[in-house]
Amino acid sequence: MVDTKIVVNCETGEVEEIELTADEVAARAAEAAAYAKAEADREAEATAKAAAKDALLAKLGITADEAALLLA
Amino acid sequence: MATYIKIASNTVGAGGAASVTFSSIASTYTDLILKFSARNTADSSQGFITLNGSATSFTGRRLYGSGSAVSADAGNTTNFNPSSVTASSYTANTFGNGEIYIPNYAGSNNKIVGVDAVTENNATTAYGGVFAGLWSNTSAVTSITITANGGNLAQYSTFTLYGVSNA
Repeated sequence: MVDTKIVVNCETGEVEEIELTADEVAARAAEAAAYAKAEADREAEATAKAAAKDALLAKLGITADEAALLLA
Repeated sequence: MATYIKIASNTVGAGGAASVTFSSIASTYTDLILKFSARNTADSSQGFITLNGSATSFTGRRLYGSGSAVSADAGNTTNFNPSSVTASSYTANTFGNGEIYIPNYAGSNNKIVGVDAVTENNATTAYGGVFAGLWSNTSAVTSITITANGGNLAQYSTFTLYGVSNA
């Protein structure tokens, strides 16, 4: 099945269903891959921060609640 | 008295569509509001938003919860990326919904875009969030495009564009 895009002309009310070009199909795949990588990077950064936080709390010998009290 | 005027609407047909674009938007109104209910045929809750066909000068901040955690991060630079559509792995026949608000869309300043949306799912993971976007472009907004990440907007996804006049 061919992928299409919909364009609604707000001036005339005309609705077009237009077949994607090969470039548009490739661009969509590239955008999805780039977004997946960006999300993976964000998750990795969040995981690293959480691990660093846990390590610091263990080093200090306090819980997260106790750390929050210190910062209040 | 402010008034909402429906400019155009679209419901995606059988086979889905990679994107839906509202083009040739007149500069008649003060603000624009695009209300939508959408599902992705790919397993991604992302519906990318672009203006005037541009892929540059987009910045933003996302604040969202997944049902088990709260997160915040910067948006993409090539589009706005709120979590706004229900992914294909979510509960069947279920659609996310949200609203895109663009105040002073026809003015000569940079464009602010606010999005609030939820992805519906009868399970632990479902996203709800707000997105604050800036399109650093002083042109009037004449088109808005919503693109499903990695797949198509599923059949029965609906989009309605309103013009809001402040007088």
